[in-house]
Amino acid sequence: MFDLTGKTALITGASGGIGAEIARVLHGAGATVGLSGTRIEPLETLAAELGARAFVLPCNLSDAAAVEELPKQAIAAMGSVDILVNNAGITRDGLMMRMSDEDWEQVIDVNLTSTFRLSRGVLRGMMKTRWGRIVNISSIVGTGGNPGQANYAAAKAGIVGMSKSLAAEVATRGVTVNCIAPGFIATAMTDKLNDEQRERLLVKIPAGRMGEVRDIAAAVLYLASDEGGYVTGSTLHVNGGMTMV
Amino acid sequence: MSDIADRVKKIVVEHLGVEEEKVTENASFIDDLGADSLDTVELVMAFEEEFGIEIPDDAAETIQTFGDAVKFITEAA
Repeated sequence: MFDLTGKTALITGASGGIGAEIARVLHGAGATVGLSGTRIEPLETLAAELGARAFVLPCNLSDAAAVEELPKQAIAAMGSVDILVNNAGITRDGLMMRMSDEDWEQVIDVNLTSTFRLSRGVLRGMMKTRWGRIVNISSIVGTGGNPGQANYAAAKAGIVGMSKSLAAEVATRGVTVNCIAPGFIATAMTDKLNDEQRERLLVKIPAGRMGEVRDIAAAVLYLASDEGGYVTGSTLHVNGGMTMV
Repeated sequence: MSDIADRVKKIVVEHLGVEEEKVTENASFIDDLGADSLDTVELVMAFEEEFGIEIPDDAAETIQTFGDAVKFITEAA
């Protein structure tokens, strides 16, 4: 099950904890992977760890021209992009009353607009081969909101609406478009929480623990597989029961 | 028939899976040849690749029939 041999996958934000694990799992299933991100060093380290079938494709997602180029670079390196995982994301948290236009725009640009541009950029090849998988990483806050994250929540909810629309447009061509909405996942970002913050968080999670990066990667693998081909326009919530929708 | 028309017809036949005889001058991609809106986008992309031209969106909207496509490409190529 879930064999991706011969498939090519472009993963953004592969320098981060979740993105790196997604890359490992897709690669482990046989896919050739394109590792994109802004920080080259962790990408090189990951590519070295994976060995064959791994390409480093640095890209700053706040640079529109670079985003337009990324699918072309990925196709030049791997021959195609069969699977796109829009995982990269940034936060610029702050209460909305005090949020600057710049903090709003940056988060919308990197999290939502780059997802739009990259998806558009890979569609031609997918439509031609009549097979494609786009997996967009949304967030639990896109559904439930979160104080201090109006920009991030708007972007992550926007990704869901965009994905559903695109899913309807391309479904007849064997291309699926889905979202994964992670809850709280243990990464370098959540390591910064102190014990009190952690305790307060855990009481809200029925599973009683934070998620692991592999929980997200497994969900991506399913949606990227042949077996997941009848699932499109969906959002898979991976959150230990924190928000049930 | 011109070389361009032959090449356009080949793309249309292959892409839409229709018989060659049905691809006539006034045949509408959507009304006569069974294309949906996504097919018309794909046809335009295929024409762009085959002929090495750019077909802007506003021009693409005017290409409704096989004859429209041949005329546009003949002028652009």
